[in-house]
Amino acid sequence: MKLGFILSEMWAGIRSNISMIVSIILVSFVSLTFVAVTLLLQLQVGEMKTYWYDRAQVAIYLCSDYSPEEACPAGGATDAQKAAIEEQLAGETLTPYVDTYYFENQDAAYEKFVEQFADSQAAQYITADQLNEAFWVNLKDPTQSELILESFSGLDGVEEIKDQRSYLDEIFNFLNAGSLLAAGVASVMLLSATLLIATTIRLSAHSRRREISIMRLVGASRFSIQLPFVLEGLLAAVLGALLATSVTVAITHYFVTGYLAKQLAFTSFFTVADSLMITPYLLGIGATLAIISSSVSIHRYLKA
Amino acid sequence: MIRLENATKTYKGADAPALDSVSLDIQRGEFVFLVGTSGSGKSTMLRLMLREERVDQGEVLVLGENLNQLSASKVAQFRRKLGVVFQDFRLLPNKTVYQNVAFALQVIGRPKAFIETAVPDVLELVGLSQKADRLPSALSGGEQQRVAIARALVNRPEVLLADEPTGNLDPATSNEIMTLLDRINLSGTTVVMATHDRGIVDRMQKRVVEIKAGHIIRDAKTASYREIPSDSMPIIPDSPADIDFGGQA
Ligand SMILES: Nc1ncnc2c1ncn2[C@@H]1O[C@H](COP(=O)(O)OP(=O)(O)OP(=O)(O)O)[C@@H](O)[C@H]1O
Ligand SMILES: [Mg+2]
Repeated sequence: MKLGFILSEMWAGIRSNISMIVSIILVSFVSLTFVAVTLLLQLQVGEMKTYWYDRAQVAIYLCSDYSPEEACPAGGATDAQKAAIEEQLAGETLTPYVDTYYFENQDAAYEKFVEQFADSQAAQYITADQLNEAFWVNLKDPTQSELILESFSGLDGVEEIKDQRSYLDEIFNFLNAGSLLAAGVASVMLLSATLLIATTIRLSAHSRRREISIMRLVGASRFSIQLPFVLEGLLAAVLGALLATSVTVAITHYFVTGYLAKQLAFTSFFTVADSLMITPYLLGIGATLAIISSSVSIHRYLKA
Repeated sequence: MIRLENATKTYKGADAPALDSVSLDIQRGEFVFLVGTSGSGKSTMLRLMLREERVDQGEVLVLGENLNQLSASKVAQFRRKLGVVFQDFRLLPNKTVYQNVAFALQVIGRPKAFIETAVPDVLELVGLSQKADRLPSALSGGEQQRVAIARALVNRPEVLLADEPTGNLDPATSNEIMTLLDRINLSGTTVVMATHDRGIVDRMQKRVVEIKAGHIIRDAKTASYREIPSDSMPIIPDSPADIDFGGQA
């Protein structure tokens, strides 16, 4: 069959079936947007992991006068205790694992606190002596925080040992849960898109059953009989995928790059380039589902 | 050109075969009527020749193809060499006469230049050049059937299969259609036509194959619908083996 003729047949099918075609476009648009969100959140988690995990430090918080009794029965850490800790950090056993470390006194801790919580009321109620002195340790391999924990927990003058990765893990778990949720919604929506395409194409075939029976009688090949129908489903799904891409790019540009990235300057976010990069995947998923579901449904129709 | 050898076809769920070990040989250029009461198996025979249905036993050979061995992918190619018309015309109501005929060529990918000469030619042949732009709903039954014939012929098939093409038409219009089919046959196309119309068969004096309950009970050259007037008809034997085929090849 000639292209122009196939397209005109496809167009006739679309016109007689316009509301169903619009619903395919919308369902594939929404489902593929969720696919995009899933992919971008995964990208974000990956990006943040590589960035932050390498920078994650282990804090050895020292006892202060405000520390709880159970951890620090003897009150604030003494200079001797601090010296002992530092000696061990610099000692032979730990040197192979420790990259750098530094001591942070209460004033420095307060400065950091004020900077971090500048917007919140908390800064007004906290004074420097309520904060802990700490040793901040950068490990050569950030996953080996166990080592510091084993060496220093329970030591006199140590209140608590905290791996920053544990905070990060909370954030990542949260983002991962979000992306899982998006993936769940995406799969349900993709399933409905697939079923909708199959139903629409079957209806379209039914409304053109006279054409189909004549095509078969005069010797049109199975492929050329199916083609206008498959193209019809494909076109709708691809339009949905393009809509999903535009919305994803728009959200990335205006919300993520234009707002989030400015608010949270220290975090790197996925960019418009990233969301453009996933376009082929969206098109691929939409097109594959459309081709499979519409050829299966028209195939079954031709047999019957 | 067309040969059935002990062809047996039993439809799913049917207790008796629609065609029971039928053998038939049709030569190039013949005009053959398939006659018989309703349900005797005329349409089934045409469907076997078209490979709409397949035999359970025996062979069907059409235009050099053994239809049992024809792979599904070759069926389309095979059907391009046949033309078919039906009692109910089967035109597309939203296409004009011209478009209905052109459709048969477009869907098999014929080039535009071919379509633009072949369609007017065949419309001329069936006498509908003046009405090429009409929709089927604006045509008489006879005209609609002529469009269907034009569509069946436009790809120049060697064989035309017609299943009761005059079944919906009045006698005068039926005669016009028969004149057309005769003309098509004279130009070399083999025609196989199933019909109930006694008057037509008697007038045409062509080969008649009579089917009853899935068996061929008569095969006669240049014959009438009934060999003998029906009030004095002899009892027809059940088994085709008992029948003299009148020296048919
Ligand atoms: N698709 C089918 N499924 C089951 N049985 C069928 C089917 N088509 C036809 N038959 C049966 O096969 C037998 C032959 O049918 P066929 O249509 O060939 O008869 P016919 O001679 O064309 O009749 P008519 O003159 O009424 O058109 C009939 O008994 C019919 O009921
Ligand atoms: Mg019939």
